[in-house]
Amino acid sequence: MMKPAVILSLLLGLATAVQAAPNGADLYSQQCAACHGENGKGGVGVPLALESFIDSASDQYLFNTIRSGRPGRLMPAFKTLSDAQVSAIVAHVRSWSKKPAPVYSNARIKGDIEGGKAIYQDKCATCHGHDAQGGSGTGVTFSRPRDLPIIAPALANQGFLASVSDAMIKNTLLNGRQGTPMSSFIKQGLSEKQLDDVVAYIRSLEKKTSQSEVEQALPAYLKYESSESMEDTLAAIKQAAIGANFRIIREQMFEQGYVEKGKEDRKKVILYFCNFNMLSKALAIDPRVGLFLPCRVTLIEKDGKIQMITVNPSAMSKKFNNEELSKICEQMSRLYKEILEEASL
Amino acid sequence: MKKIIFLIVMCLQGLMPVMASEQDVIMIRSRLPFPEAMTTLQNSIIDHQYTLSRVQRVDIGLEKAGYTTDRYRIVFFGKHKEMKAITDESPQMGAYLPLKVAIFAEEDDTMLVVLNPLHFQHITDHPEYNIIFKRWASDIKSILEDVRKAE
Repeated sequence: MMKPAVILSLLLGLATAVQAAPNGADLYSQQCAACHGENGKGGVGVPLALESFIDSASDQYLFNTIRSGRPGRLMPAFKTLSDAQVSAIVAHVRSWSKKPAPVYSNARIKGDIEGGKAIYQDKCATCHGHDAQGGSGTGVTFSRPRDLPIIAPALANQGFLASVSDAMIKNTLLNGRQGTPMSSFIKQGLSEKQLDDVVAYIRSLEKKTSQSEVEQALPAYLKYESSESMEDTLAAIKQAAIGANFRIIREQMFEQGYVEKGKEDRKKVILYFCNFNMLSKALAIDPRVGLFLPCRVTLIEKDGKIQMITVNPSAMSKKFNNEELSKICEQMSRLYKEILEEASL
Repeated sequence: MKKIIFLIVMCLQGLMPVMASEQDVIMIRSRLPFPEAMTTLQNSIIDHQYTLSRVQRVDIGLEKAGYTTDRYRIVFFGKHKEMKAITDESPQMGAYLPLKVAIFAEEDDTMLVVLNPLHFQHITDHPEYNIIFKRWASDIKSILEDVRKAE
């Protein structure tokens, strides 16, 4: 019979072996496929399996991208994955390419930043934006026709600049990306010197994050109180919401569907309302926004007062890593505050 | 002997798949078409002992208002006793309950998005509920896995 110590050492050895070889396909499926597609065809995220992309992206670029993410552009930074796990994902993505991974120098390319800026504004800004902020939308059905394979990347994004080498940027300018609107700028008549200038300009957009840029924590919910009755408070919110161009779509007990009909706690009520124009715009910007739409206020009677509570869209939007969405959420937060302030008077 | 059992348990825990990183927003893609994904989702919610209270048909509302949209629904669910206890003590949680999953079509696939209940730990000032939030988070991940893996 085996001694416990022998069994233990065998199990420990097996555990170490399992953890030493993470499964890239499984990790990709869990962490990446929702946005990039199970086979890398894209969707919310870049089509990683696109030949012209994967053949020209270095493993270092992919690794850095997983680590750094794209602040403000949906792609999160996967900071809790181990290096081995990230490498396994990179290897899985690499398996879609028939060519060996390109390797680029990490040396900076020297060029005329001002000259590069002029070329950028002339040749690149139409797709990548005048401030290199990239194209808009998330890439899913709601925001663009499916015949476009990619939304122009945000070249000024600090996650991109932290991930990419100058040589890889230059390679993209030299060869373009077949299957996307990005064409070779050599074929468009630019010289290599001019490409160096564009690379130098893009690199000049890299910033050092200052302490002032660190986000301040916002409250996760908005809460106001009313001294009026539940009925009067509901009526006041409805009136304020309609006045702010919302349509009342539903009023229900908080416990509806969870207890027998008629036995719900009448001190807890949910009021739903919607501005369909705003909803449509928000879904086009980011379909995940459904997590806090349609608009709603929960009313809870406690200690003789009615508490009017709702999510704080501005706080929620920070979790979505989407600057476009943050703007519309700030507008929603303002509207919520106006409605609830009016109802609490 | 107890020490050996403890060590074996720790060892077996090491064999468990490494948990995904804790994102605030969890999104998965299912290869099922929307109707089948919706059915699988609802069945899994019930299988996990939650009450399914309502489905908000966002797409229908948008279309009635004159907007074009793909299929988009929000599925509400929860456990009554836990929701009641939490909102009695922390009314602010009423903004985030019942739990919900946004489910929408993306070409032939279906996407599901949910706010990780671990996020609720920062909203209530009652740490005794953290164990419930952790269980909800675990259950929701299991539910989403059911939909992701279904064929």
